[in-house]
This record gives sequence, C-alpha cells and structure tokens, in this order.
Amino acid sequence: MTTVITTAPADGGALRWTLSDSWVVARRDLLHWVRNPSVIIASVAFPAMFVLLFGFVFGSAIVVPGGGDYREFLMPGMFAQAMVNGAAATVATVAADKARGVTDRFRSMPMAPAAPVIGRSVADVVNSVLDLVVLVGLGLLVGWRAHGGVAGALTAVGLLLLLRFAMIWVGIWLGLVVSQEAAGLAWAPLFPLTMIANTFVHPSQLPGWLGPLADWNPISATVTAVRELFGNIGPVAAQASWAERNAMLLAVAWPLVIVAVFLPLAVRRYRRAAA
Amino acid sequence: MADAVLTEGLGKGFRGKRALDGLDLAVAEGSVLGLLGPNGAGKTTAVRVLTTLLRPDTGRAEVAGHDIVREPAAVRRAVGLTGQHTTVDDILTGRENLVMWGRLYHLPARAAARRADELLEQFGLTDAADRRAKTYSGGMRRRLDVASSLVLAPRVFFLDEPTTGLDPRNRGEVWAALRGLVAGGTTVVLTTQYLDEADQLADRIAVLDGGRKVAEGTPSELKSRIGGDRVDVLVRDAADLPAAADLLARAASGPVEVDAALRRLSAPVRDRVSALTGVVRALDDAGLPVEDIGLRRPTLDEVFLHLTGKQAAPATTEEIGVPA
Repeated sequence: MTTVITTAPADGGALRWTLSDSWVVARRDLLHWVRNPSVIIASVAFPAMFVLLFGFVFGSAIVVPGGGDYREFLMPGMFAQAMVNGAAATVATVAADKARGVTDRFRSMPMAPAAPVIGRSVADVVNSVLDLVVLVGLGLLVGWRAHGGVAGALTAVGLLLLLRFAMIWVGIWLGLVVSQEAAGLAWAPLFPLTMIANTFVHPSQLPGWLGPLADWNPISATVTAVRELFGNIGPVAAQASWAERNAMLLAVAWPLVIVAVFLPLAVRRYRRAAA
Repeated sequence: MADAVLTEGLGKGFRGKRALDGLDLAVAEGSVLGLLGPNGAGKTTAVRVLTTLLRPDTGRAEVAGHDIVREPAAVRRAVGLTGQHTTVDDILTGRENLVMWGRLYHLPARAAARRADELLEQFGLTDAADRRAKTYSGGMRRRLDVASSLVLAPRVFFLDEPTTGLDPRNRGEVWAALRGLVAGGTTVVLTTQYLDEADQLADRIAVLDGGRKVAEGTPSELKSRIGGDRVDVLVRDAADLPAAADLLARAASGPVEVDAALRRLSAPVRDRVSALTGVVRALDDAGLPVEDIGLRRPTLDEVFLHLTGKQAAPATTEEIGVPA
C-alpha cells in the first residue's frame, strides 16, 4: 500500500495502466448493474419470456428433426440469442457515454487510450456470465439438461461467451457511430439476426431460400456446437450442410472474424469520436 | 508573461463547412479568456481542438507550451476539460465520482481519496459527498463535474458553456467556484453564449463568429465599443416616436434606434441611473405617455450587430436573445 499523498500521478508502464484503467472503467459499469438491478431484470426478462413462449406455446407445434424434446433443442438457441442481444445493451451504454461527454472526458485525459473500450468489454462479459447463469437455471426448471459432461459444458459456455465477446465490439462500434436516439433501436436489426438461424427450428424446416441463410448465420454455428456439447441433439447427419457438419470450427472462426473486423473499427472510431 | 494557450491560424472543417477559420488566440498564464459567440461560432470546436479531441486541418497551437498535434499526451497531462454535458455518474456518490476520476488520472488509491476530500471541501460538497449524484441539484452536479476535471490541478482549464441550462442561483454557485479556482492561479478558457457570464469571469473576451475572432478586449473595452447600458422606451402612441426620440437622444451616448412597429426606442447611455431618471423626467415634462421604460445591458445580438455589422446567425437568435 502506498502512502503518497501528493497529486502527482504514480509511475508505471503502459501495460500496467491499460490494465488498471480498464478495471476502473469496468468497475464503474459493474456498479451500475449492482446498484440498479432493474437493468439486469430487464435483460433477463426478455429471454425468459422467449423460453416460456417457445418452450410451451409455439414449441408445442414444432417438431425436432430426428425426434427429441423441443425444450432440450430450444435452450442452446436461447443462450446464444441472449449473447447476441446483449450487444443492444452495449450499444446503448456506449452511445449514452458519448452523448454525456464521458467519452470526450476520457479522451482528454492522460489515461490509457484503450482502457474505456477494454473496460466496457470486461464489464459486458461479466454481465453476460450472469445472464447465462440465470438462463441455465431457467432451462433446468423447464426440463433442459446438460448431458455432455463437465468438459463439454464448459466448452459450450466458452463458445457462448466468445460469441458475446465478438458482439461487444460490434456494439461498441455501433454505439460510437449512431446517435443516442438510434441506439435505443439497436435490438431491431439483432432480432431477425437471431431468428433467421437455427435458434428455434432446424434450417431444413425453413423455406428453401431461407435455409442456407440460417445455415451460414454465425449464430447457427454456435447454437449447433453448443447443442452437441451439451448433448441436446443426436450426432449431425452425414447429409447435413457443410456449415452444420463443421459447426464447431465455425463457432470459433465466426467470432474471431467478427472481432478481427470490428475491434479495429471500434478502436479507430473511438480515437476520433466526434460527437 | 508566458502564454498558456497560443494559436495561429487554426482551422478545422467538417464536411466542407469551416468550423474554425484561421483562429488566432493568446491567453496569458493565470488569466481567464472568455470565448463569446452564438451556436455555430466555433467555440466548442476550438475547445475540442485545444484539448486534443480533434486534429486541426490548418494552423498550429500550443497549450501549456506543448504542441497539440505533436505532443498530445503532454497536453492531456496539462489540461482539464469540462464539456457542455456533465459527465457526473448518477449512480455513484459524489466522492466515488471523484475517486474514480482520480484513479483514471493514475493517483494511487489513498491519494485519490485524499484528493477527492480536498475537492469536495473546495467546491462545498462535503455534506453531500456520500449521497448519490442523482440527488444533486444542477449547480451541485456542475460543481462536481468541474471538480472532477481538476484532480491533477491542471495548468489550463477548459470549460465549454459551464452554466448553460442552469437557473440563476445555480449559475451563481458555479461562478463562485470558478472564481476560487482563478484566484488560485489556474489559466481558464471558457466558452459562453452569455455576455454577463463572460463579464463576470473573464479578464479578456474574444468574440467569435463563423470560426474567426471578430473582436477581443477586456470586458470594459468591449462594452465601451458596444455602448454600455441601454435605455429602452415603449411609447403608447406611435405618433410620439419622433418627439420621444429627440428627448432620448439628449441623454444617450450613441445613436437612438427606432422600431416603429413595436413603438420602441433604444439608445446606449453612459451614466446608467442619472440617464434613466433624466429620460423619465424629460418624458414626463413633455407629457408623452409611456407604456414601459427600462434600463438594461446590451444583448449578445447587439454586441454582434455592433462588432460585425450583421445579426447573429438567424437560427440561434431566440437562444442568444436572452437579455443580460
């Protein structure tokens, strides 16, 4: 513990300050959730409603190809959907910080330049873990089970968080680009993105022109991989599409591609963020 | 004395529009410069360029002796910025806000806490320190925001419209806080749309229009160019306008403006109270019925009219027409 009481900043390397500043920013974001739990309740209420709506209402009319329980099939889709929809919260917070001049203040200070975006992503990942815990609990309540063992379950969670991590950078970039008013509508493009996938039904059950789109949707790769890892579906059929047969590979590759594109975009945009 | 801020021909364009068009400024160390002008005059752009948030297209600038383009990190260590919106975090207490900024300024935890206490004391927020900022009044939030820019005691402090949107009492609170700061020797550059704010706080005022400086001087120099206080007379009968204008001209220190449609006369005066009583007496002696008569400060519109010979940007007249 240091006892320096001057107002002179302490010395330290760039890496140390990047970590320390990122943590200060992340802590601020996390405190928001702790002190304002209604935000968390809202972010969990939406997927919970979907679980009930699809698990019990629409699901009654949906047949899983190859047989099997629909709610077992549904839950991995719900996990992935929550990860993607989390980007809407990222967009909203980033846009609000920009509008309130917080982003300008950060940039006018001698702090680590990458810290605000890194801190934001750390806070959002922590928040997503919380979302996942609640959703898993809900899944267990409606009869979903993980059959794939501990290693498989942990890998599945890792893939879901990887998808969320990729979407954070999309969210940060969007939040810096759009106005605060437009940021409130960020869910609108995300909604079809999570629906035109294998989230709710198998792509083979979609109209011919829509099937391939759903097949190649990055979300579908994660959902299929997570279903396999949790043991919620049988082995993928030999005549399945290439994307489906290589879901595990794509579930890693897609998020990395998204990060590779949007992380530099977000950081560049942040550096010259003109309000 | 050294210049804390020095700009030469600073230019910045956005999509073909010149937000800054060759701005030259020199702010002496320890002084307060008010940048006065309507929306769109380039005030905010100037502040953003000088705090390294924007890169200028042309010209050069030094802040605290560092070139803003070549040494942005050094500039950031020397400046504080309070923007138009408060960056105060509602969910945190006043103290937590200040400690957070202290940590981001790389103070060790204890030093950040100590500095937060000092700033809370300095800005009269000690009693509210452990309340969440969302319970604060507008003036308290502004003061907390100003305090959070001062964690490192910056050499040059930029304030962008520090009191826009505050009621008079809260404005007074913020002004008092800023005066304390200036007494401590900090160089301050503040932008404002209000003449009286610049008058209250600034040693020198630079009037901006269209990204350029159209006038600069001490408040009293500028006021004497504008013509000081004004007497407005509203006559009951438009037919009395010429006679009343003659009477007003005797007390006036400049030309009498006649607005026939509004039945209103306006003229600058030098010795405010005796001029007013003189006009009232003269109108009464002449038996001219008057609906209203009053003494007021010139508006920013009139400053502009006198300095530039044109009205301030039409889109903003309602905002800047606030009588000082």
